[in-house]
Amino acid sequence: MHEEWKTLFDPSSPKQVPLVRKFFDGWKVTIGLIVFLGISILPFLFDLGKAAPPPPEPKIDTPEIQKMVEKKCIEPKSFMKTEHMVMLDDWRDWYVREGRSIYTATDGKQYNISLSNTCMKCHSNKKKFCDECHNYAAVTPYCWDCHIEPKEEG
Amino acid sequence: MSFGLSFWVSLIAVLALILVAWVGVEGAKLNFLFGAIIPYVAIAIFVVGMIYRILKWASIPLPFRIPTTTGQQKSLPWIKQNKIENPSTALGAAIRMVFEVLLFRSLFRNMRTELRPGPRLSFASAKWLWLAALAFHYSFLIILIRHLRLFIEPVPSPVKFLEMIDSFFQVWVPLVYITDLMLIGAVTYLLLRRVFIPQMRYISLPSDYFPLFLILGIGITGGLMRYFYKVNVVGIKELTMGLINFSPKIPEGIGVLFYIHLFLVSTLFAYFPFSKLMHMAGVFLSPTRNIANNNRAKRHINPWNYPVKVHTYEEYEDDYREFMKDAGLPLEKED
Amino acid sequence: MAEVEKKEEREVPYYETVLGASPEKLATVDYKPPAKPWMDVPPKFKKLDYLNPAKVKWMKVIDLPFPREWSPPDEDWKLPENWKEIFLNGMEDRLKRFRSFQLFMDICVRCGACADKCQFFIGGGDPKNMPVLRAELLRSIYRRYFTTSGKILGKIAGARELTVDVIKELFKYSFQCTECRRCSVFCPYGIDMAEITMIARELLLLLGMHVNWAIEPVGKSFLTGNHMGLLPHTIKDFMDEYRDELEKITGFKVDVPMNRKGAEILYIVPSGDFFDERGVILTIATLLYFYHIGLDYTWSTYTSEGGNFGLFTSHEMIKRLNAKMYAEAKRLKVKWILGGECGHMWRVINQYMGTVNGPADFLEEPVSPITGTKFENAKDTKMVHIAEFTADLIRHGKLKLDPSRNDHVIATYHDSCNPSRAMGLFEEPRYIIKNVCNNFYEMPESCIREKTFCCGGGAGLGTDEQLETLLRGNFPRSNATKHVHEKFGVNRLLCMCAIDRAVLSMGLSYWCPQVTVGGVHELLANALVIPGESPRTVDLRRQPLKRPITPGKIAGKEA
Repeated sequence: MHEEWKTLFDPSSPKQVPLVRKFFDGWKVTIGLIVFLGISILPFLFDLGKAAPPPPEPKIDTPEIQKMVEKKCIEPKSFMKTEHMVMLDDWRDWYVREGRSIYTATDGKQYNISLSNTCMKCHSNKKKFCDECHNYAAVTPYCWDCHIEPKEEG
Repeated sequence: MSFGLSFWVSLIAVLALILVAWVGVEGAKLNFLFGAIIPYVAIAIFVVGMIYRILKWASIPLPFRIPTTTGQQKSLPWIKQNKIENPSTALGAAIRMVFEVLLFRSLFRNMRTELRPGPRLSFASAKWLWLAALAFHYSFLIILIRHLRLFIEPVPSPVKFLEMIDSFFQVWVPLVYITDLMLIGAVTYLLLRRVFIPQMRYISLPSDYFPLFLILGIGITGGLMRYFYKVNVVGIKELTMGLINFSPKIPEGIGVLFYIHLFLVSTLFAYFPFSKLMHMAGVFLSPTRNIANNNRAKRHINPWNYPVKVHTYEEYEDDYREFMKDAGLPLEKED
Repeated sequence: MAEVEKKEEREVPYYETVLGASPEKLATVDYKPPAKPWMDVPPKFKKLDYLNPAKVKWMKVIDLPFPREWSPPDEDWKLPENWKEIFLNGMEDRLKRFRSFQLFMDICVRCGACADKCQFFIGGGDPKNMPVLRAELLRSIYRRYFTTSGKILGKIAGARELTVDVIKELFKYSFQCTECRRCSVFCPYGIDMAEITMIARELLLLLGMHVNWAIEPVGKSFLTGNHMGLLPHTIKDFMDEYRDELEKITGFKVDVPMNRKGAEILYIVPSGDFFDERGVILTIATLLYFYHIGLDYTWSTYTSEGGNFGLFTSHEMIKRLNAKMYAEAKRLKVKWILGGECGHMWRVINQYMGTVNGPADFLEEPVSPITGTKFENAKDTKMVHIAEFTADLIRHGKLKLDPSRNDHVIATYHDSCNPSRAMGLFEEPRYIIKNVCNNFYEMPESCIREKTFCCGGGAGLGTDEQLETLLRGNFPRSNATKHVHEKFGVNRLLCMCAIDRAVLSMGLSYWCPQVTVGGVHELLANALVIPGESPRTVDLRRQPLKRPITPGKIAGKEA
């Protein structure tokens, strides 16, 4: 009278009812995996087949620097490399808000607080000096929102 | 596990990871191991592990259609169905998933149940968990996307744009990213509620604290690198571009903070597929959310449906024939 | 029908005497978790507050393994020798059968959003009744035996050994969950405690352990067709009695078609409708209603149960008990099936029936014989909810209704867990209620519709064997009822579920004795204006009406 019945509740053979092992919702899962994989390797795809771009080499070969006997900035290079943005920010605040116009460097020398006339006097090559690294690291300083960008050839 | 043990074990684990990277780079000079090999291995574990876990889930059938219905069902044409909260089509279910994944719809329902004297139960709004979760996940996403600036040259304009928006307030130098603050703030909140809400403290495991500490560590080292102990970004990009081009090289003078940061990130990626963080993929497969409630209109198939022992009408009538006959109930067989 | 007439008048509610605790005292809940970590807190079975194990007799009727005499407070639960192996094999098997189970073991982040959503935690404060922790009871075993990290790291990975105490703990808390799914509404990943409880109960069942309050009804339903074990002639007698009662009240002598072949519709109700005092009134109401619309239908003694305690037992048992519905529909050669006011019955019909016992290709797609409306949403299962059917009739103006005949009732509506969260039946009953009753007030938004509370007695818990737990679980619903009672003078809690009707009555008698419980179609039948009716002064439960019914008049005016 009964058809062949099965049960999951016979502990002597708990797997009497066969399991079904295959991929379910195949295409949905596939799409999901493709999207996941795509996002994971996206950065790799961008750079596929390209050699690593050469790192920037900021130039200090401006005429003004060439003229210097001892080629050094107002503070040590390592300090300038990491802290120049902080210094420029301080300079702006001191000059604009406090009216100070003289900066005394750690070695005691004094400089005018001026982006255009102190910094850019030597580093007149904005494209080769500033932009090279800023572009590489995707940093967009807002110096030139107010200051007039120096004109350069090429 | 007691609270103390869970908390400290996780914190110490993350501190140990930091120490390992520190000693490895500063002491043993294993820059190549920490700067190239470990990141590669971590990414491989992450991608392969994720796919493995997802395929494992996908290989298990969904025997029954069990959506949690949180809105009016589709019934009579003049009764307005809630097509998202109680979808009757795959499209509706997909939209429901979009709300769930992008806006954390279910968590938004959260409320606090309070028992007041009377006795009176009251329900108060409790959206902080939702807000913190949303802030945490989205800032994490934006931070990840922002990091693409280290992996693509030239940097695509959408990445630059996102960065501009993220530093919109132009405070501090270098400009503070809003998402950095949000991430640290949200993770701290998520951590503190585990520590200070008694029930949360009672249920939390080391595997709850560990990812929080790990992500907090990643956020803090990242922040330190950017805002306080500035590292050599150009050098870092040389390293990352080398990684992405499969020609890894380790520039000099990057700073140990970066290696610690990278090691914690690598740990997070490698840990991901083995942890509760798999909820990222799992939410898409959740059978109470991702399918339509249309069982009565469209039969759902259970691939392992099997014949069971039943008590047939014939057996029933055999059992009670005399009673049924006396009561005047119709019978299949009279004798 | 004497028990219906007499109104229960007690100074001290009965359960207060039994418990020895006033509602105020019972509702003083300490939510502070114990100092000991939860893994180190062994389960305790308080005297008179646990469910009794399934009896050997009924275990044998439905071929369950290891039937034996034992009791939860006993030290020795007489587990089979290789219990650990059986349990873990069963778990492994189910991890490969139910994606839900595997997923819900894997992805919980313990955010705690579910914690204060469970009525047993709200009313009782036991941290293991927070859905997240209740699930962790099993999840810790999963980690220990089925994940690499758990095997290696043990407790640090949140894993623990499977011990006899763990089995006891699972038994205790699997039967302090009513599978109501309220937590799953709030879970950001939709983790459904009901699903985990169902699997946990299956695993316990493999070791021959379940509660008698579920297994006895299952056994009886298997043999006699209904949980109560009512035999065919008993049902016939009862129905004749209800027919006579209806005639006494209304003057209408109606037919009660039983096991009739060739009827258009097979009508299936929970067996509480034949027996429980509030259910009986619903049956009387239905007889009047179907007589009025001239429905060509039949009751069945073989399928005298809409409910399915198999849902509380195992997925296999769902199928074994549910099979009768289609079998009987086929035998009686009906066109389609109409289902009565029941809760978990509709979870089974909406989420399991078509899958386990379909396709019902011998039936026709349901069409209302009165309005011609096609029930498109039920075209595969071929089973329509009576609220859908009635709402359609009202919408088409096929019923003449006088809501003022229910003016003695001030109603609120309790959404039953299963039709709410496993179906989405929200507007149909409300539409009916608003058409048949002038005084209808909703309970607060946070505890109705998808956020509704469980009565506290679903999933085989609806017995005073564990009275304290039941009343605590019932507290949130009764408290909201009390709120609308005090605010609007509500005196009737409407619901569409047989377990609700029984358990809410128990709970309200303790928490808010001024409110009675009843079905929606009882009010519908009260409000029906039927040609040829005789004057009367009482409603179908013989309660006095505000305004006596004068034939042919609606709300006291000429019809």
